Amino acid sequence: MNAIAPLDLSAVTPLLPQSGVANMSRRGFLGSAGALLLGVALPLGRAKAEEGAAAIPPKPGTRVPAFLEIRPDGSVKLLSPFVEGGQGINTGIAQIVGEELDVNPARFEVECAPPGPDYALVNGIRMTGGSFSTRSSYAPMRRLGATAREMMIRAAAERLGVQSSELETDDGKVVHKASGRTVGYGELAAKALLLTPKDDVVLRDPATFRYIKRPIARLDVRAKSTGKAIYAIDQKVDGMLYAAVQHAVHFGSNPTALDNEAAVKAMPGVHSIHLLPGAVAVTANSWWRARKAVEALKAQWTSPKPTGIDTIAADFSSQGMLDALKGSKSEALPAESEGDAAAAFARAAKVIEAEYDAPYLAHAQLEPPSAIARFNGDGKLEIWLPNQMPELFQATAAKTAGIQPDQVIVHSPMLGGFFGRHFMYGPSNPFQQAILLAKATGRPVKVLWSREEEFLNDALRPLSHTRFRAALGADGYPTAIEARTVGEGPIGRWFGALFNTPVDSSAVEGVVEKPYAIPNRKMEFVKLAHPVNIAFWRSVGHSMNDFFYEGFLDEIALAGGKDPFELRLALLKDKPRQKKLLQAVADLSGGWKRGPYEAEGGKRARGVSMASPFGSETATIAEVSLEDGSTRVHNIWVVIDPGSIVNPAIVKAQVESAAALGLSTALFEQVVYENGVREAKNYDAYQILRRENMPAVHVGIIESGEPMGGIGEPGLPGVPPAVVNAVAALTGQRIRSLPISKTKLSGV
Amino acid sequence: MITLSINGESHTVDVEPETPLLWALRDTLGMTGTKYGCGIAQCGACTVLVDDQAMRSCQFPVSRVGKSKITTIEAIEQDEVGRKVVEAWVAQQVPQCGYCQSGQVMAATALLKETPKPTEEDILYGMSNLCRCGTYNMVAAAVRQAAA
Repeated sequence: MNAIAPLDLSAVTPLLPQSGVANMSRRGFLGSAGALLLGVALPLGRAKAEEGAAAIPPKPGTRVPAFLEIRPDGSVKLLSPFVEGGQGINTGIAQIVGEELDVNPARFEVECAPPGPDYALVNGIRMTGGSFSTRSSYAPMRRLGATAREMMIRAAAERLGVQSSELETDDGKVVHKASGRTVGYGELAAKALLLTPKDDVVLRDPATFRYIKRPIARLDVRAKSTGKAIYAIDQKVDGMLYAAVQHAVHFGSNPTALDNEAAVKAMPGVHSIHLLPGAVAVTANSWWRARKAVEALKAQWTSPKPTGIDTIAADFSSQGMLDALKGSKSEALPAESEGDAAAAFARAAKVIEAEYDAPYLAHAQLEPPSAIARFNGDGKLEIWLPNQMPELFQATAAKTAGIQPDQVIVHSPMLGGFFGRHFMYGPSNPFQQAILLAKATGRPVKVLWSREEEFLNDALRPLSHTRFRAALGADGYPTAIEARTVGEGPIGRWFGALFNTPVDSSAVEGVVEKPYAIPNRKMEFVKLAHPVNIAFWRSVGHSMNDFFYEGFLDEIALAGGKDPFELRLALLKDKPRQKKLLQAVADLSGGWKRGPYEAEGGKRARGVSMASPFGSETATIAEVSLEDGSTRVHNIWVVIDPGSIVNPAIVKAQVESAAALGLSTALFEQVVYENGVREAKNYDAYQILRRENMPAVHVGIIESGEPMGGIGEPGLPGVPPAVVNAVAALTGQRIRSLPISKTKLSGV
Repeated sequence: MITLSINGESHTVDVEPETPLLWALRDTLGMTGTKYGCGIAQCGACTVLVDDQAMRSCQFPVSRVGKSKITTIEAIEQDEVGRKVVEAWVAQQVPQCGYCQSGQVMAATALLKETPKPTEEDILYGMSNLCRCGTYNMVAAAVRQAAA
């Protein structure tokens, strides 16, 4: 047995919150990884003030050679600040840069850039998430492309002995019209990229766009249709060992001894056996052999500790956690206050209240997580790993390995789905295990988690609960709304050092900042930390909070004797953007009708909802029927207003994808804890949306010209409430707890 | 030692007989186009053709392959039906993250070899692979196009 330095947690503890529930401060985490994150995230002004001019990093998104390599054949390699995981960002960014550079995006090859300050485009940080990629990079990447084009022109002017003003460009060539001479960018690049860039380049008139706003084919579709796309799981390096792990049954337990080490060591292909923090590992010459061996290991484990922030007790259950959220008497913090809610309730003609909850969710991306770590001869550590934040993983890997961040080379391969899975979640990422095993074996190691290990150790979308109250006037319109949301969001847990606000926006988004004219509002938040490792998950707080709010808004409508669509329209009387959107989705669906109405195969009904996620606005209508007591969704109509767009085909694909995931959560998904462990270990027990559940999805796009919003996530939040509201229209049954499959429906 | 006929070539692998074909392909032969998703034949990411039938290779031990001819995604464009399927996948812009799509393309090829003009119901039952990006409608459209 190769016990790694008797369970030396020092390398990983900075990632693990160190204090218990009683003391929820996470200084252990924030003080180290948080500081590291700040190190790469400092806004320029602060860096300048604190470190002097010599330490000023480049202004992100401005240094052409950090982004573009123009090859002799005229093709372009673009180093992207973002990682591709199906959202189409590689194509979108090629369109943006190609438009201004004047190169057809089809000739771009896009790769996720290595760590570096040039790529910190999201408010001074680098990340792929929050539906930030296109909206954060649109302006700087246009400018970068235009800057590079101007450098090509200047280099060509020198080459041809003419003035820059006599030159034009045409798809990768500089053209001197007067003489008919042309020079390809490939020939000019070496010299051009050495020129001092101009900072006053002129951008193309949007009226002349050839690539932006066009449904350009995605660059990676053929590779992905022929098995040639390479994901982290497909990477291989010379001399690599394959490692499989088995984690503690109870989160927070550690292995202490092995009963059958010799027998397992003798299994085919086994190289070595290791105890890791919270897990046992076997390395072997194939992953299958490593897996068979690690599953044969009989390990002794420390007993689960009482529930704390880094342990899950043997009696923990998700139902118990929900009960704790519901029963919380803690004083709440104001998340949104307007008018005088108390006074409005005092004179209400009618008061209604309801409680909503949504469960823990797994990411369940199809590619199980893996990581390769290799210590090179020069003392550097090289890692290949799925990640949404290269600099943070680099810094954390350095800490795990006991070296400096600049000694860590990070490769960020294409992601086989992410949905928030590949942010830094401490023990829920395998790369630290790979580093520890590479160190222990002296060989490169690839750690791959089996699907079962992934379902048992993924960081989860938090379970949450909100209690609502509404006051209605004699006319049936709401005069006040109150909400008390209890739980915890991933921003507070993982980025508390950066966004140090008492109310965690990722816990309340979707309950607050709704567009409706309800004059008196008292929305509150109570933080109650989960012992469960919690995560960002596609559309984050919106993934459940818009279900809570929009479900309750339908209840308000019905209590006031109003049609839910008409009530929304009335409450949007001063919000032209959202009102137009609501009318557009009704038009797209052939005109609003709630039902129930007769249709092929039986009665159907429709529900409507709105959401304002990630800088975009959506309106959604769902059409449902019942089949054997189960919800069948036939159609989903979504109209999205993201302000402006880059690629309408990608927008539609992303909205449909998000709608499918939203429907999956509405109908089926939940991670259930019983006796301190998760029940579902694979897709047979954790049901996700299958082909037979997939409705037709109809997507409309409105470009209002408002600031550009996100695309990858906003299609999701409207779907669960639209479906639940349709179910209520059809059956009279009001679903306030997801997934719907928990409730036996009837009454049609 | 077990000899396998893969994409028209003979390969000898030194693995235990119960080793799933998936892992012989991926780790022993370095053919990583076939994906590991669940390991319990639920998701279909590992679908290959065994004598032109769709087979979930994660639950198919190499000892059972025998003389059967295996086709993987690496050789899909050498197959007449497979080539049409790939062209339809590209035309319909099916993949998003793409991780399940090797298996989807293999399942579609098997479906169309067996049923060149599938009904909607044939597509529903023949294309049971999971896709977490929710590309199901695009998959169905591409199958229809490849069959046309």
